[in-house]
Amino acid sequence: MTKDRLVYRHRIWVRITHWINVVCMTILLMSGLQIFNAHPALYWGNASYFADPLVAISGFPAWATLPGSEWLAMGRRWHFFFAWLFVVNGVVYALLAVLGGHLRADLAPSRQDLRQIGLSIRQHLRLQFPKGAEAKRYNVLQKLSYLGVLGLLCPLIVLAGLAMSPQLDAGYPWLLWLLGGRQSARTIHFISAFSLLAFVVVHLLMVLASGVWNNIRSMITGWYDIGDEHV
Amino acid sequence: MSDLKHPGRRRFLARAAGGIGGLVLGGCDRLSDNLEFTKLLKSAEALSRFAQRMAVGRTALAREYGEADLSAEFRANGTTEPSDPEYQRLAQSEFADWRLAVGGLAERPRSFSLTALKELPSRTQITRHDCVEGWSCIGKWKGLRLAALLDLVAPQREARYVVFYCADAMNLSGDKYYESIDLDGAYHPQTILAYEMNDRTLPIAHGAPLRLRDERQLGYKMAKYIMRIELVADFAHIGEGNGGYWEDQGYEWWAGI
Repeated sequence: MTKDRLVYRHRIWVRITHWINVVCMTILLMSGLQIFNAHPALYWGNASYFADPLVAISGFPAWATLPGSEWLAMGRRWHFFFAWLFVVNGVVYALLAVLGGHLRADLAPSRQDLRQIGLSIRQHLRLQFPKGAEAKRYNVLQKLSYLGVLGLLCPLIVLAGLAMSPQLDAGYPWLLWLLGGRQSARTIHFISAFSLLAFVVVHLLMVLASGVWNNIRSMITGWYDIGDEHV
Repeated sequence: MSDLKHPGRRRFLARAAGGIGGLVLGGCDRLSDNLEFTKLLKSAEALSRFAQRMAVGRTALAREYGEADLSAEFRANGTTEPSDPEYQRLAQSEFADWRLAVGGLAERPRSFSLTALKELPSRTQITRHDCVEGWSCIGKWKGLRLAALLDLVAPQREARYVVFYCADAMNLSGDKYYESIDLDGAYHPQTILAYEMNDRTLPIAHGAPLRLRDERQLGYKMAKYIMRIELVADFAHIGEGNGGYWEDQGYEWWAGI
């Protein structure tokens, strides 16, 4: 491997916020499942119609929850601590992305990108990934999914979490109006969490398929091997 | 250089990931039992309380709903029938002999019969009850404003919290339910001591003869079966010192989320 194939792909603050986010999302998901297990049913609207839930299950298994045993009070402590960290980390990332040009230069898809969506989908389905100059930047599907997750899904899950607070509902009644009610907010929070999980699963599969060590190294050291130009 | 071509490496990665996952989870469960670490986690509660107080005005009202929104089934949680013999005796005479003592850091401590409380200015509100477990029910409550009661007993200047002592024993050693709210909560226009629910006398399952409604907090703050009210400067000497029965079990004193 020659030195000039390595490109500096991820800036230091992208890498730091990424790994903080990994810790936050793991703990938030598992402590969230602990909290959900205290009443493992979902409803739409403001109140719970116990006789007619959208979904009712017997709860998630202990291995998926934090803490592992049934312990709502401790699940809430984990959840709210890491929720604060998740929000602060997200705000720092968003500010740096906007001010530092990461959003415009790396994430916003160009016209040409958008014209190549079909091509990019076909490449992904065949597990073909760009090499050489093309591998220096995110492809269009990466850009769109990162933008969707960071710009829509993450704000939505935080908003839906806040809308479950009776205190904030009093100060900001539009939260309930926007999300369709307190129980709807809880349902949206739940769906958002599993949408994020689905994103993470695909993200990890892509990391595996496109060269796990290369990807992990680039997210730790910043340096990514773009390979030979004509492969 | 694709790793898909190296099944041995993939197996190793899968095992490593599983092993790390197991260590992390085991570690997290141990951390949940570590006093210092759980104190760190608990520090988020003060942050939430501060942020919510900054973000929400003192007198912002919880949303009130219409008759059509009333829950057909309003779940009764916690104790639904206190076994305390004294409570049972009071219940048999429909709480005619029940007296609510209001004291502590008050200039004019006194006690009230249920009839006397019903003569105080009342408020009726249809509000949403959010349980810490995650469910919500909408009910109609009528009761006296806690502010009116406090005006009668005149809190002393050092008084910072209102503590509610309840009739229901929560465990075999007989520890009874109690709760506390601060004066901001106590003087909020929607904070009432309810004696009616859905246009009927408050049922025993929902806290007869008197329960607290503090509509901007979670359900466990809203003490049922209230027997006595005390104004205090702090609650460190009550129960295990965390401000309420569930707070002593690790739940947040600030139940705004």
